[in-house]
Amino acid sequence: MKDGSIKVDYLARIEGEGAFYVKVKDGAVVDAHLRVFEPPRFFEGFLRGRRHEEVVDITARICGICPIAYQSASSQSMERIMGIKVDGQLRELRRLMYLGEWIESHVLHVFLLHAPDFLGYQSVIHMAPDHPEIVKQALGLKKLGNDIMIQLGGREIHPVGWKVGGFHKVPDASQLTPLVPRLEEAINLCLELMTTLAKVLKFPDFEREYEFVSVDHPTEYPILDGRIKSSLGLNIDAAEYEANFKEEHVERANALQGRRTSGAPYFVGPLARFNNSFEKLSAGAKKAAKIAGVAPGVSNPFKGILVRMVETVWACEEAIKIIRAYKKPEAASIAYTVKAGRGMAVSEAPRGMIYHRYTVDEKGLVVDAKITPPTAQNQPTIEADLRLFVEKNLDMPEDKLTWECEKAIRNYDLCLSCATHFLKLNIERVS
Amino acid sequence: MTAKSARPRIAVFKYSSCDGCQLSLLELEDELLALVGAVEVAYFPEASRDYGKAPFDISLVEGSVTSPHEAETIKQVRADSKILVSIGACATGGGIQALKNFADVKEFTKIVYAHPEFIHTLDKATPISAHVKVDAELRGCPISKFQLLELVSATLNGRRPNISSASVCMECKKKGNTCVMVGKGMPCMGPVVQAGCGALCPSFNRGCYSCFGPKEVPNTAAMAGHFKYMGLDEADIVRWFRTYNSAADDFAKESELHEGR
Repeated sequence: MKDGSIKVDYLARIEGEGAFYVKVKDGAVVDAHLRVFEPPRFFEGFLRGRRHEEVVDITARICGICPIAYQSASSQSMERIMGIKVDGQLRELRRLMYLGEWIESHVLHVFLLHAPDFLGYQSVIHMAPDHPEIVKQALGLKKLGNDIMIQLGGREIHPVGWKVGGFHKVPDASQLTPLVPRLEEAINLCLELMTTLAKVLKFPDFEREYEFVSVDHPTEYPILDGRIKSSLGLNIDAAEYEANFKEEHVERANALQGRRTSGAPYFVGPLARFNNSFEKLSAGAKKAAKIAGVAPGVSNPFKGILVRMVETVWACEEAIKIIRAYKKPEAASIAYTVKAGRGMAVSEAPRGMIYHRYTVDEKGLVVDAKITPPTAQNQPTIEADLRLFVEKNLDMPEDKLTWECEKAIRNYDLCLSCATHFLKLNIERVS
Repeated sequence: MTAKSARPRIAVFKYSSCDGCQLSLLELEDELLALVGAVEVAYFPEASRDYGKAPFDISLVEGSVTSPHEAETIKQVRADSKILVSIGACATGGGIQALKNFADVKEFTKIVYAHPEFIHTLDKATPISAHVKVDAELRGCPISKFQLLELVSATLNGRRPNISSASVCMECKKKGNTCVMVGKGMPCMGPVVQAGCGALCPSFNRGCYSCFGPKEVPNTAAMAGHFKYMGLDEADIVRWFRTYNSAADDFAKESELHEGR
């Protein structure tokens, strides 16, 4: 394309409402930005004065696609305040439910939202007549993820089982074991689909240096809990998050943008987890990575689609392990005495690390809240990707370049409803 | 006219919400391919970059109206739609963000954003029906995907959808649940809340927190009275009536009676 601008006023196949704009002048990109116009809902505002137990259900409503990520981070923040640790089978059940969310969300993104870009379709609905088997198989995998959540929380969107201290109710082993053969079948199917994807998908030559940030657990591939780790050597407790990361409020976005305190952008999501914790993946997931031709150190964001499939295989294998070892706990939750305090936690939403921090008074009411979701953190990285991508591809016709830019944005599995409601009191002022 | 364009054209619009209700369409894994065969999905940004033009036969509207821009665009959606259905607690009862209706929004904006002057928001989050005529509504946070399927197929076949307006209590009775309020002493909104979830919370050993909003003619005063009898203080009673449908009249009014007492 010649000088001018590339823009899309309403981005499709993402969660929430956003647009993008790239300006090219004298053959160079002079501006590249995402505009988030998803209206603000002020969660941090109205959480004040609510009971701490309600926060698990209220914050789930931030996102219909990843409610468990919110239930996980908020409950663990509260548990830190109350001085309890949810461990053993209750922790395993939480991981199982979360794995269900990962399977559902990853399969939704890979096949229904992102694959159409790679294959040249406007949507999965347009893709289905040409690839009916793949679409049917994907819907089946997605349903399996949902069924795991339904067993533990009653429904796939805003499930009701999770609470501070554990669960409201825990399942009998007989409710979970029928999932095992379905999960085994799913692993084989994912490996088959991976073979197809590896053959069919073409990736642009686009490697970049990123600081990959993810949750780190000593023995497990990260999902539920842990410390914070980065590919540049950061290794901190969740309590140190705000000393190492900041958020900025810019005019074009109703979402705050996350950066390192140095001002540098960073990257959260499947690629970050894969690069930082590859050795903790299961055997089948490593096999899937081999089929896909992705190895630790992968820094092409377009390959996130492959890594999501690797993680889906891991999620199925891990779920089987948990169900096989499951013994119904005597109590569905741990009792605690309400205390005043401040607690924070990180957790891995399907689309990347999420951070929560709450202050609670002696009556157990919320005094203040801060929530930093993955898409807010990835915004500066997405803008930097866009700028570089357009610079490298100025010879493309404008309509093709526009679509490729959309595809580049969808690498991050955007969730703008999530990104729009977060805030903190002492924000860096932008001039 | 080709056979393809003769299919009813469906559109999906998002207002302030979490996307969960429109996601319910994609959660119909077993029925999705049949559904998209029976209708033309003409406008559904969450799933497709192919934005079909108005008019639409059925528009599904998710979310509540919270910004000046939304208050404007909903009028165009109404004008473009033969049948407009509001789906979910945000669209029918304000959603969780309607909690701002009871607070000072300027204060909220300052809590959340460094530059409140960049933020354009209305003082209140309101249901779609406060702005335009709505032909049908589906309750729930989220909606029941089976009710959605029932509503779409009933509409396409020109019949009334078979959707219960009874209370959650009826669903507990059908399931054989022991009443969590009588049997376990847990506060439960079930008696005043519309059925639709399958009495999910009581089945999970907890009280209903009213995802589906007020049932037809709810006796909210008796509900609040019983909460008081159980030992809940006024602030707690306010919180029980102000969850995901706090802009629904019956719940908003009852909550105000207990405010600041």
